[in-house]
Amino acid sequence: MRRALIGFGLAIVAFVSYPLFFARFPVTRDIPWATFLLFVVATTLLVSGVRQAKKKLWPVVLATLGIAIFAFSIIGVTVLTRMLPASHNAPKVGDRAPEFALRDTAGQVVTLSSLTASAPRGVVLIFYRGYW
Amino acid sequence: MAISVDEPQVSADLCRKAHYTFTFLSDPNTEAIRRYDLLHKDAGEHGHDIARPAEFLIDKSGVVRWEKITEDLRVRARPEEMLAAAKSLP
Repeated sequence: MRRALIGFGLAIVAFVSYPLFFARFPVTRDIPWATFLLFVVATTLLVSGVRQAKKKLWPVVLATLGIAIFAFSIIGVTVLTRMLPASHNAPKVGDRAPEFALRDTAGQVVTLSSLTASAPRGVVLIFYRGYW
Repeated sequence: MAISVDEPQVSADLCRKAHYTFTFLSDPNTEAIRRYDLLHKDAGEHGHDIARPAEFLIDKSGVVRWEKITEDLRVRARPEEMLAAAKSLP
C-alpha cells in the first residue's frame, strides 16, 4: 500500500515537473516524453499498490486520482495547447509582409519599413501572447 | 522585434527584467495582429483578444523569407532554426 502512496506522489511530481522544469528545454518540451515517463512509472506503482492492498479503498482512490491527472495531462498537450486559430491568411513565404506602425517601449511610433530599411540583412518578427 | 498586445510600459518592464535589447512593439488594438491574421479571440486576460504565437523572417525589401506559425502553444521556433533561415538571406 506504500506503493500507491509513492505512485500518487510521483503523479503529482510528474504533473508539476512539466511547467516548472521540463518546459524550459526544447528536447523535453516539444514532446513531453520525460514527464510521461514519470507518469508511466507512477501509474505502474499505483496499479501495483491497488493489487497489493486488496479490499482497501484508499489505494483505489489514489490510483483513480493519479490516473485522472495523467489523463488530464495527455489531453492538455494533445488538445488544449493546440486550440489555436488557423491563421490561413497569414503572410506566406514570398509574400510582402504587411506594413504596420506601432509604438515601441519608449512610446515612439515604429514602422516595419523603417526597421527593414535600417536592418543590415533583415528583421525577425515575433508575435507573442503577452502578459509576461 | 517582438509584437504583443502589452502596453509599452509592460514591455519595457519585461525588457528590463529579461535583459532584452531588441525592439518590442505594442499592439493593444490588435491592428498588426489582425493584418497578419494572427488574432486569437478572447484568449487573453479578462477575455481580451491577443496574438497567437508566430515568427517571420523578413528581408530588407520587406518580403517574407521564412515563417513558423505553430499549431501548438508549447512548440515555438527555436533560435537555431531562425539563425539558419537568417543565414540564407543575401
